[in-house]
Amino acid sequence: MKHLFTLALAMVAAVACGTAQAQISDGVVKIGVMNDMSGTYADLSGQGSVVAAQMAVEDFGAAAKGLKVEIVGADHQNKPDIGSNVVRQWIDRDQVDMIVDVPTSSVALAVNQIVKEKNKVFLVSGAAASDLTGKACSPNTIHWTYDTWALANGTGNAIVKTGGKTWFFLTADYAFGHALERDTAAVVEKNGGKVLGKVRHPFPATDFSSFLLQAQASKAQIIGLANAGADTTNAIKQAAEFGIVRGGQSLAALLIFLTDIKALGLPTAQGLVFTEAWYWDQNDANRAFAKKFAERNRGVYPSMIHAGVYSAVTHYLKAVSELKTDSDGKAVVEKMKSMPTDDSLFGKGTIRVDGRKIHPMYLFEVKKPAESKGPWDLYKLRATIPAEEAFRPIKEGGCPLVKS
Amino acid sequence: MRSKRPGEGLTIESTDDPHPLARNRVRATSPFQGEVTSPIGKTRMFEIFGIPSQALFGQLLIGLINGSFYALLSLGLAVIFGMLNIINFTHGAQYMMGAFVAYFLLQWAGINYWAALVIAPILVGFTGIIVERLFLQWLYKLDHLYGLLLTFGLALVIEGVFRNYFGSSGLPYRIPDALQGGQNLGFMFLPNYRAWVVVFSLAVCLATWFVIERTRLGAYLRAATENPTLVRAFGINVPRMITLTYGFGVALAALAGVMAAPIYNVSPQMGSHLIIVVFAVVVIGGMGSIMGAIVTGFGLGLIEGLTKVFFPEASNTVIFIIMAIVLIIRPAGLFGRRV
Repeated sequence: MKHLFTLALAMVAAVACGTAQAQISDGVVKIGVMNDMSGTYADLSGQGSVVAAQMAVEDFGAAAKGLKVEIVGADHQNKPDIGSNVVRQWIDRDQVDMIVDVPTSSVALAVNQIVKEKNKVFLVSGAAASDLTGKACSPNTIHWTYDTWALANGTGNAIVKTGGKTWFFLTADYAFGHALERDTAAVVEKNGGKVLGKVRHPFPATDFSSFLLQAQASKAQIIGLANAGADTTNAIKQAAEFGIVRGGQSLAALLIFLTDIKALGLPTAQGLVFTEAWYWDQNDANRAFAKKFAERNRGVYPSMIHAGVYSAVTHYLKAVSELKTDSDGKAVVEKMKSMPTDDSLFGKGTIRVDGRKIHPMYLFEVKKPAESKGPWDLYKLRATIPAEEAFRPIKEGGCPLVKS
Repeated sequence: MRSKRPGEGLTIESTDDPHPLARNRVRATSPFQGEVTSPIGKTRMFEIFGIPSQALFGQLLIGLINGSFYALLSLGLAVIFGMLNIINFTHGAQYMMGAFVAYFLLQWAGINYWAALVIAPILVGFTGIIVERLFLQWLYKLDHLYGLLLTFGLALVIEGVFRNYFGSSGLPYRIPDALQGGQNLGFMFLPNYRAWVVVFSLAVCLATWFVIERTRLGAYLRAATENPTLVRAFGINVPRMITLTYGFGVALAALAGVMAAPIYNVSPQMGSHLIIVVFAVVVIGGMGSIMGAIVTGFGLGLIEGLTKVFFPEASNTVIFIIMAIVLIIRPAGLFGRRV
């Protein structure tokens, strides 16, 4: 229904010395932000990710450092074929050097393959499937913000440890949902819990009542929602309607974003426990970023995906300006892995050889309406998962880049 | 409701919480130690095709609920196609506008759901009348394709404008107080609101059918489609009647939108998700057949509901499979007249 459109966002960051640019392919570092700009995931990634990338370029001071950076954006409509076409066009015709964001794991896995083939750089902020640093890992890809393993580890652990032993999954029927379900089931079973059943719903779906009734009939204590965006918010809304919570079953939203909580409203969402990598109200640097970001993004505050795009682009520009070249994707990613990461939003961190960016994850709880002081004051911190425990141990992913 | 705080017992929060959804909130936990009791309680269980009967009845009822949305939307499409020969692709966007207008009325003017049920369709229907006067009236004599392209383009524009201003993640709209809670039917927990949706949409569908097929006004309308010149000769203002018919079809879409607002997210893409299925329903029922649209709407809701139990992965495609089969056997649709 929606038409492919490419936003040409002229981000000319001035022309400095011509000689320094000689090694940069076609004289410009071209960054392609691809995500869902018109569908379910448009608010949590979408245009906001383009804004975040622009802010990263500005804050990095690319112009002063003699780098000419240009940003383009495109809508992949959550379809792997469209995403692949855009990326091929970008790389072959438009000389794009780096692709960033790409929510919807099925699209990200397709892009992962192409970027490797063409030896460019792929920085994943939006997609979740942990396979991107597992069996599908690539020397050209870094998985930046979060992944299904980290979500399962955070939320799954917290719930099983407080007694939620039997689970039923409501899973979005594509790569992301499958990965999230798999990783969470592993955590549940490791902690002595049991998975009673699952139902896979088409993506995207609007009516969940059928699936919820099946979950209800399973008598599982926890209904794990292995989906995202509007799918999750609709499922939560309808679960309340069908008296599922009153029957003693609890919902676990395995992946939920700031914009989703906003869409649900605090009265419905309060008490929900979930895992995220970043929240705007954690410290002064985050708050300052969020304020500036919201001014440029229809007043909508940044999600962790937007923050991840900012952080990833910043680190990429650092690597390129040190290397003074952007033409060899593998070399750039190598450089990025060798330098510790450090930016105002995610602080200090590292990138593992399998392409996993390492930082702490946080367990949040949605505030009660009475506790909230502003329209975007939605989370309170429950626990911090330290960086070394937040992500899947490198040996367990099965990534061929890791030499045992 | 989902918070787990160790050491706390299982307590059911008091019901004075003003928010409807918070009302039956179970607070939590070491909460998981007890057995999960389904709100349905214990009932005799027997199995049909390996599925517990209560699950099956529940699914059938839910199918009927979804079917009522299909019926209401395809009815509007059938009316518009039957009387104007326009394939109204803007229908999904107009359904979405209905939901948004209900949201605006509540948020900005404090007008509740019941009033919105009347006002929103009138407002959106009025925009439909403007569209008809500005664009559609010039297309009646041309090929169907032109109307289709125009309405399709309009749908994209409307959706884009709403997305630009309100984002894609949706806006909250609560179920009206009078329809909070639900009934325990023995085999399932039926939310009152859903029951209302089925009953009300069935009533609207039948009333529409009655007006068009059994009254003098309906007779004029049908006559005007067959031979507008002759009907004009009898002193009936055909263009005005056509305009109002389009407005009415659009109002039906908006009405469905208002009814959908409390259960689905009010979001710009809510219409485009539904419209393709609804078109399949109209094609299966037979383009322009009023009764066909109603019956297939409910029927396909049921079939889709069953698919969600037996093979959930296919629940998005099953309607199109049926459409293909029906088109092979009866190209004019189940209730369509052979042209």
